[in-house]
Amino acid sequence: MAALNYIRNILRRDRVFEFMIPKPVKNPKLRIGQGCLLYVEGVTVSFDGFKALDDLNLYIDDGELRCIIGPNGAGKTTLMDVITGKTLPEEGSVLFGQNIDLLKMKEQEIVEAGIGRKFQRPTVFQELTVMENLELAMHTDKKVWHSLFTYLSEKQLERIEEILEFLALQDHRHQTAGLLSHGQKQWLEIGMLLMQNPKLLFLDEPVAGMTPHEIERTGELLSSMVPEHTVVVIDHDMDFIRSIAKRVTVLHEGHVLAEGSMKDIQSNPQVIEVYLGEE
Amino acid sequence: MKQRIHEMHTPKGWGLMGLMGSIMIIAVPLLNILPSSESFFYIPDYLVTLFGKILCYALVALALDLVWGYTGILSLGHGLFFALGGYAMGMHLMRNIGTEGVYKSALPDFMVFLDWKELPWYWHGFDKFPFAMLMVILVPGVLAWVFGFFAFRSRIKGVYFAIVTQALTFAAMLLFFRNNTGFGGNNGLTDFKRILGFSLQDPSTKLGLYVLTGLVLIIFYIFARFIVTSKLGRIIRAIRDAENRVIFSGYDAFKFKLFIWTLSAVVCGIAGALYVPQVGIINPSEMQPSNSIEIVIWVAIGGRGTLLGPILGAIVVNGAKSWFTVAYPEFWLYFLGGLFVLVTVFLPRGLIGILSQKNKEPLRGRT
Repeated sequence: MAALNYIRNILRRDRVFEFMIPKPVKNPKLRIGQGCLLYVEGVTVSFDGFKALDDLNLYIDDGELRCIIGPNGAGKTTLMDVITGKTLPEEGSVLFGQNIDLLKMKEQEIVEAGIGRKFQRPTVFQELTVMENLELAMHTDKKVWHSLFTYLSEKQLERIEEILEFLALQDHRHQTAGLLSHGQKQWLEIGMLLMQNPKLLFLDEPVAGMTPHEIERTGELLSSMVPEHTVVVIDHDMDFIRSIAKRVTVLHEGHVLAEGSMKDIQSNPQVIEVYLGEE
Repeated sequence: MKQRIHEMHTPKGWGLMGLMGSIMIIAVPLLNILPSSESFFYIPDYLVTLFGKILCYALVALALDLVWGYTGILSLGHGLFFALGGYAMGMHLMRNIGTEGVYKSALPDFMVFLDWKELPWYWHGFDKFPFAMLMVILVPGVLAWVFGFFAFRSRIKGVYFAIVTQALTFAAMLLFFRNNTGFGGNNGLTDFKRILGFSLQDPSTKLGLYVLTGLVLIIFYIFARFIVTSKLGRIIRAIRDAENRVIFSGYDAFKFKLFIWTLSAVVCGIAGALYVPQVGIINPSEMQPSNSIEIVIWVAIGGRGTLLGPILGAIVVNGAKSWFTVAYPEFWLYFLGGLFVLVTVFLPRGLIGILSQKNKEPLRGRT
């Protein structure tokens, strides 16, 4: 009986066989329609029954600077993990542009497709120099054999210089990254992301542990990156977000609680209750 | 190309390397051949063999340093790859004995002793030198590739990886100890007569093997230098510092680790193949976990993360070992342990740290 059911199931008229589905093209060209760059729809992630993300919907426009805030455990980092390929959600879809399905790709393929990510703690290559850090991050062929024989072209050097200047780290180019100050490390990591020429950048708490002066400088850096790059900032620092954000998304218990300008958010009673009220 | 050569070493560095290389492969053989045996400068045959043996160890240390010092993957099982290369060479030498064994049989002696009537399938082909050399490379290489494939894909790291490699070499040792496995059991393979027609008892053959080992060491040193000064070298050091960042910079860290790991194993196999004809025996005790740990100690004492360090470490420790185990055999392990502790505490960069304290290797970028 079971076998019969199995055969019936196979012969169902609306059945689509795996091998009939066209294979996704490797490195498809990004197609952006209606100005929307990233579609996150109905994403659910749970860890041992705890729902870190619960039917979450989020849309990021091309060329915007978006801030995502939310109390601890709201799912901010998990959301980034899903988009950058570190965590696979149980349900939902994540589309980059209209045609790139991020859930089917590995981490480094997602990077190749044009999504960069900065970690919460500054992670640079401590024992390499600032220049070498930028060199490794550069958008180029990243295969093993190629890496063994390649060297930097004039054009690539120019690009490194450009970024060094942008970060104001020219004087530190031959210094090992481990010796940089905390703020400089954060900037270097942002610079490494820029070397990849990403379309979309995720920054997890970029100003944590910075001095007020450094925070101000970081705000300027980020603002000058749009609209060439689309930037998504995840942070706790309300003053910082107030200073840079145009649109803010509030996450709470794994879904979007509110979205809008900073002003709207601050006057939203629900948000005040769960988040701003704590301050 | 010119720029790459300059990046690998400064002219002074190349000169120094040439000097040490020529002492190793020209001066030592000349001092063995030319002076009379009473002369102060004469290097006796047994010392040449000892030097050859130590150079094999230096090659292994260099190979381990690529994975441990540069990529940050600690292996406690490199002795296995060394032994496998050695066994492949040993099998060839066994087949080369022909009918001159104790039992005057075409089969290796231990098989006659076990009353085996024909050669096991996996011994076929080893009578041909090119095939045996291919196996010297393929057996450690394929094992390392398969092992690395699963270990790195599951993202096994650090202590866990080290323990698994340790278990691997231990398991292999138990397997090779069995008579039924067909590699001579705990006696291993020995009583070799000749290699490529040259008698292994002849001092000139031993001298030739020594020079060959020296050459291989120099070639691999240059190759390793080429690797660590290339972009790939910077990527593997980046993997050691922050693997996640490497992945999120768009590199498949898995493939880089697998490449360097497999390369390292192959070089260990070659070192083993050079070692066996010089010492005349290979047995499962080479796969003892303690042997693999000793390799790690050479690298740590010499200075990991440098290329000259591991070579120096292997030479110093094994030189001391040869002298100690004759003069004070019961104190050797205390000495080794003490040296390891002292170096770790006072010289975190290893012995090479003393030499390069002043002109610390410049961490350069291209300008």
